[in-house]
Amino acid sequence: MTMYATRTRNARPEPFTVHVGIAERLGLAHMDWPLAISAIGLIAFSLLTLGQATQNDIPGDPNYFLERQAIYALLGIVGMLVLTRIDYSRFRELRVGIYTFLCASISLVFVFGFAARGSRRAFELPFFSFQPSELGKLLLVLALAGFVIDGARRGSEVQRTVRYLCLGLAPAALVFLQPDLGTSLVFAVATLAVMYFGGVPWTHFAVIGGALAVLVALVLVVAPATGFPLLKGYQEERLTSFVNSDEHADGAGYQQNQSVIATGAGGFTGRGDQATQTRLDFVPERHTDFIFAVIGERYGFMGAALVLSLYALLFWRALRISTLSKNAYGTLVAGGIAVSLLFQTFVNVGMNLGIMPITGIPLPLMSYGGSSVLATFLAVGVLQSINVQAHLSQKGRFAW
Amino acid sequence: MYLRNDSRPQGSRLSLRVAVVGGVGVALFAVLFFRLWNLQVLSGDEYLAEAQNNRTREFKVIAPRGDILDRNGEVLVDNRTSLALQLNTAKLPDDPAEERAELARLGELAHMSLRQVRRAIEKGEEVAAGAPVTLRRDVGFDLIAYVEENQDEFPGVAVQRVFVRHYPDGTRAAHVLGSVGEINEDELKEPEFKGLEPGDEVGKAGVEYTYDRFLRGDPGHTRIQVNALGQPTPGGQLVSQSPTPGDNLKLTIDGDVQAAGEGALSARGLPGAFISMNVDTGEILAMGSSPTYDPTVLDEPTQAQVNELYRDEVAAPLVNRATEGAYPTGSIFKIITALAALENGKITPDETVVDGGEITVGEQTFQNAGGVAHGAVELRRALEVSSDVYFYLLGLDMWETNELQEWAHKLGIGRPSGIDLPEEGETLLPSREWRNQLFKEELTERPWSAGDNVQLATGQGDLQTNPLQMAIAYAALGNGGKIVTPHVGMEIEDAAGRVLKEFDPRVRRKFRIDPGSRTAILEGLHAAAQGGEGTAAGVFGGFPIPIAGKTGTAERPGHADQSWFAALSPYPNPRIVTIATVEEGGFGAESAAPAVLQILEAIYDKRASEVSSAGGTE
Repeated sequence: MTMYATRTRNARPEPFTVHVGIAERLGLAHMDWPLAISAIGLIAFSLLTLGQATQNDIPGDPNYFLERQAIYALLGIVGMLVLTRIDYSRFRELRVGIYTFLCASISLVFVFGFAARGSRRAFELPFFSFQPSELGKLLLVLALAGFVIDGARRGSEVQRTVRYLCLGLAPAALVFLQPDLGTSLVFAVATLAVMYFGGVPWTHFAVIGGALAVLVALVLVVAPATGFPLLKGYQEERLTSFVNSDEHADGAGYQQNQSVIATGAGGFTGRGDQATQTRLDFVPERHTDFIFAVIGERYGFMGAALVLSLYALLFWRALRISTLSKNAYGTLVAGGIAVSLLFQTFVNVGMNLGIMPITGIPLPLMSYGGSSVLATFLAVGVLQSINVQAHLSQKGRFAW
Repeated sequence: MYLRNDSRPQGSRLSLRVAVVGGVGVALFAVLFFRLWNLQVLSGDEYLAEAQNNRTREFKVIAPRGDILDRNGEVLVDNRTSLALQLNTAKLPDDPAEERAELARLGELAHMSLRQVRRAIEKGEEVAAGAPVTLRRDVGFDLIAYVEENQDEFPGVAVQRVFVRHYPDGTRAAHVLGSVGEINEDELKEPEFKGLEPGDEVGKAGVEYTYDRFLRGDPGHTRIQVNALGQPTPGGQLVSQSPTPGDNLKLTIDGDVQAAGEGALSARGLPGAFISMNVDTGEILAMGSSPTYDPTVLDEPTQAQVNELYRDEVAAPLVNRATEGAYPTGSIFKIITALAALENGKITPDETVVDGGEITVGEQTFQNAGGVAHGAVELRRALEVSSDVYFYLLGLDMWETNELQEWAHKLGIGRPSGIDLPEEGETLLPSREWRNQLFKEELTERPWSAGDNVQLATGQGDLQTNPLQMAIAYAALGNGGKIVTPHVGMEIEDAAGRVLKEFDPRVRRKFRIDPGSRTAILEGLHAAAQGGEGTAAGVFGGFPIPIAGKTGTAERPGHADQSWFAALSPYPNPRIVTIATVEEGGFGAESAAPAVLQILEAIYDKRASEVSSAGGTE
């Protein structure tokens, strides 16, 4: 790039060049490297685990899951880099479009989606099936943060809170109807997170919390008792069985029992190829929802703790970026992403370790699945973009 | 506080909110780390054990039962392998319609109706809940091949190689050998079956029961690795411990003598029993009961066979009449009366009594058989011609004392013998005490009377005993006062024939019999069997071996006379007691004595006619 500096108005400019490095060109100069490293470290661990633990899952194609996950990872990393270079602030302007796309894509699943295990949540595309609700987690944060910023001066505090809640819970309800309880919970948490960083008063959260408690009581206790169950049988069983999984050792508790046994059996150093729990099909869904148990059994406490540390790093960097943002929109987006990643990680790992109910939430960047991997990398890309923009704006950087 | 965009959020308020979220994050990660540490590091070993347990299934490999041999090593029972169609009910489809379809398919294969299949399962669950149910034994290879090729259609169905008891000689010694069967719930609680599991086979009767712990053996185990569906994984056989076969049991039974006895009884075509026993050791050479049964049909009897085996209370083929019978014995009891009278000084061997053919006690008249008057008789003659009057008078003489009962009791009448078979019946030695007690309870119309003792003196009246007890009493006479423990188990051998254990049960009781009394009685018995006027001389007159024997003709209410014969051989130093009885067989010499002759011929391996010219050998 050639620049011209002017000493005097009429003087001929004296050319000089600034050498711009490859990092600058790719927009990587102001990337948050720990964040990138944690994300890439996690997907690497995912590839390692899938490569070793799913060899016999698809007869005749030992690398089925590995190859596909690697392609999703590559696409995701490219997507992340692209987003890193884009100023995320433009998403605020596109909030209505994003929100409309979000609701429309989720709704279209009901029409065009294919059913898997009694629920419609994805479109069948060539090569892979696209699950809009996964990308929706990011889209909801981007759109809702925009609405919060935009509506900051309109209406009373209560009106605003109700408006945000409605905007956030509408897509959550759509996802719930697919039915996909886990993802709808992520939507709800992301909504609350954006509102939280948007400054909704503590008292409103207290009211929301109270209402939530009543709702849970209604859904789990009162509705079934009066003969109008709102949850499908398996959903309720999954949600309640973890309380005493031994009692449900044949049904919903079985999966969790086996997952806990697998993790525990891993011990400190792991069982490697002796990991019979996962190798012999005792742990269900081991490439998706229960992949953490596979890690626990194969690589032991050392491996599992390393993975957990990478998630902690990811969460910390995301939260840190929310404080660095050049504008409030970036803070809300980063906060929403940070909290939803934390929520997904805790619920999934907790489910693998038998302390959270089975909700079918994938482990970000670890569970096999194109939509989830892609969406999570895009979210990391948005975080990077916030970080890059903060550096470029040179505004109020404070160190943490 | 609401935000203006494009301005940095207000620092202090935002950092509070961020700090709260950060704190929550730290707490949640701490929970996960703590839980992970707890699971993997603190309780890792437990979960590892659980995982190991999870992936393996143990299959029991059944041990073949030991063989049962006769005293010469001839096989009486061994095993043959058979293929059984088994069903693990836990693996049946959950859906009732699918389950029904599978059971129907199975039934078609096994030639059973759906109802029969269900009943078999129900029965199996009653016997041993949870164990695989055997639907049919002895299935053909074609059926097995079909089931294995179509595993998907038959979840839970397995073919198991099982050992089935095999009886080379059919019914021979069936009552002694007994039977095996699946252990039931009550047996599982018994200490002798400790460590066994539902579905195991144990001895149910006969020596199969008594010596079960030797015959049983130890099952082996095969541990294989399975996946979550319980299917074996390729190359997943982990440990295999082969079963230890049961040890062989050698019996004191002599197969040839046994066959002779059974042949003799079945030739009569009447119910009866026989026993042949060593008078010094109690070793039983042969013991049998008629009618008998084929032990193989106990496995899966047809309805007709069930009726025959279990419902026919008159023929009662499963009953071992030699140990479970309860009969009056007739005159063979007289040796006990004679012993009691001699030992108590009621009479001397040479004292003469006039037998007028009948005596009257109170209002009852007791007659000799056929009303014959034998005139003046002493002990030997009384035994030879079987003078009832002689013994009636002895019974009358002892009716107020308990002397006859004391001696009968001493000789084992009415008492458990200690034989190594689970089948031993109730017997009764009538006594003053017994009848008076019944009278007190108003179960009989009169107290003990002289007539009762007169009846007992000739083995009549309320006496209920069996060939085994009589054999013990005769053995005691023969051996001079030892009550032996009758037994059929001789030794335990391993497969190579090495003796691991010998059974030599000791003498139960010992008492003194005056040699003079013993000699006198034996002389009388010898005369009865082989003397000129002996009651059995017609049968044993030509038998080359000198024996002492006594006929008995028991009057059994509601039945024709029961024939008895007791023999001690050889005379005068007997080694073997042989007793036979034939229900409704008439006089002692009519059917029981010829049966004993056939047994003795087998024992001494000489036909009476062939050696008659050679004269006595001993």
